[in-house]
Amino acid sequence: MAGLKDATAIVGIGQTPFARHLPEDEKTLACRAVLAALDDAGIAPGEVDALASYTMEETDEVELAKAVGFGDLTFFSKVGYGGGGSCATVAHLASAIATGQATVGVAWRSRKRGSGPRPWRNTAAQLPTPAQWTRPYGLLRPVDEIAMLARRYMHEYGATRDHLFNVALACRNRANQNPAAVMYERPLTREMYMTSRWISEPLCLFDNCLETDGALACVVVSRERARDCRHTPVYVHSAAQGLPAQHHGMINYWNDDPLTGPAWTAARHLWKHADFTAQDVDVAQIYDAFTALIPLSLEGYGFCERGEGGAFTEQGALEIGGRLPLNTGGGGLSEAYVHGFNLINEGVKQLRGTSTAQVPGAATCLVTAGEGVPTSALLLRS
Amino acid sequence: MLSPVTDPDGAPFWQYAAQGELRVQACAACGEPRFPPRPCCPHCQSFASEWRRVSGHGRIWSYVVPHPPLLPDYAEQAPYNVVVVELTDAPRIRLVGNLVTGPDAPLNSLPPDRIRIGAKVHAVFSGTGLPQWVLERP
Ligand SMILES: [Zn+2]
Repeated sequence: MAGLKDATAIVGIGQTPFARHLPEDEKTLACRAVLAALDDAGIAPGEVDALASYTMEETDEVELAKAVGFGDLTFFSKVGYGGGGSCATVAHLASAIATGQATVGVAWRSRKRGSGPRPWRNTAAQLPTPAQWTRPYGLLRPVDEIAMLARRYMHEYGATRDHLFNVALACRNRANQNPAAVMYERPLTREMYMTSRWISEPLCLFDNCLETDGALACVVVSRERARDCRHTPVYVHSAAQGLPAQHHGMINYWNDDPLTGPAWTAARHLWKHADFTAQDVDVAQIYDAFTALIPLSLEGYGFCERGEGGAFTEQGALEIGGRLPLNTGGGGLSEAYVHGFNLINEGVKQLRGTSTAQVPGAATCLVTAGEGVPTSALLLRS
Repeated sequence: MLSPVTDPDGAPFWQYAAQGELRVQACAACGEPRFPPRPCCPHCQSFASEWRRVSGHGRIWSYVVPHPPLLPDYAEQAPYNVVVVELTDAPRIRLVGNLVTGPDAPLNSLPPDRIRIGAKVHAVFSGTGLPQWVLERP
């Protein structure tokens, strides 16, 4: 069987503005991003026959398809686990197109998080499993759940707040180069970081992603079709989902080794089907709902050994010109938190050579979805 | 304060806790303890389970100190601690809880700077049936 390797390509990307508050609703923003991506590709909406999205968005396929004028859809999928599903949308479309189930696929994410409710505030929808084991004790928010792993990680491996600051700073520096980023004009200093308010110790304000309104989309077609599109194709070289054995979601305190998560599972599959290794990755877009996810992901995806993720961030490693330029649009920490879809589009921009913080000659890019929940990842190449 | 929204798998844990007993689910066929509770054993696939009493002794595996924004009842007590305790009897069973100065003491009763990873703790039970944790050497 031929497999997915380079069989499909991302040929269009689109996005709305990002802001703490946008007046339009989630559905309208979704329509705008999708139409922008199709326009970027030079493909008419009527040609779309596949859709992929992920959970924690209310706009469904029916609403989107009838609004923007899609043709008959023969493939549509919705991946679970919120931010863990971002890259899986492209993976599902690539699978569908490579196996002949569809020809033009659109993946999207629209979100009203900046001006909408915070999901953790909804006490009525408290699910019995596993919330009963955590929420009564005041472990309420995703940041509390991840801070628990971060504290243990720092204790076991000697990682420090300076390592987490390195992550926040790299993302902020890239956002300062990106006029579309929410934090474009807001530089970050070490003093600001070290004196900022706590959210859940050991994580402070700047360890947390933004809360953003906005939408993004991308268009996936076969490699043959991609040659006729407007832009240089960005090939889906390898793709994976990851739900490890005995995984417990963000409260992964109950398996033998809580400091390894879904990234390790996704990475094993991703590299098995790739022609290159972590050492050959020119630029990475790694899911950054919290800074502490980056050291874990660096280990999981094989950029360093266990316990070295903190030290990896030293000496400007994550900056342009460093060992692994990270989240070059500013990421969820400083561009926009749109459940990681901006990381996919930024990966495409890097491989087209059009990023606002372009890595010279970038030809390979890793994009990851949320670590700490069932996840997904893509290796893109030009 | 939020009460546990329980399910058929978890209900026995809370029933025992209300009686002041800390018990964890274990496979009745192969003996392996498991947490959180679930319908069958991931090691041997047996549906037979028992609720094994544990000593209530453990060590702090990790902890956080949440600050607002939080739900109102919790914001009132913030900053407070939430700990994960690794049980001495079953080191891979780790329970989330609060380290307090004694039974029914508030979530913020112990200053956060008294908490250390690795510190020995043991379980006490609040009037609401929630296990809490106190330092062995206060
Ligand atoms: Zn068993």
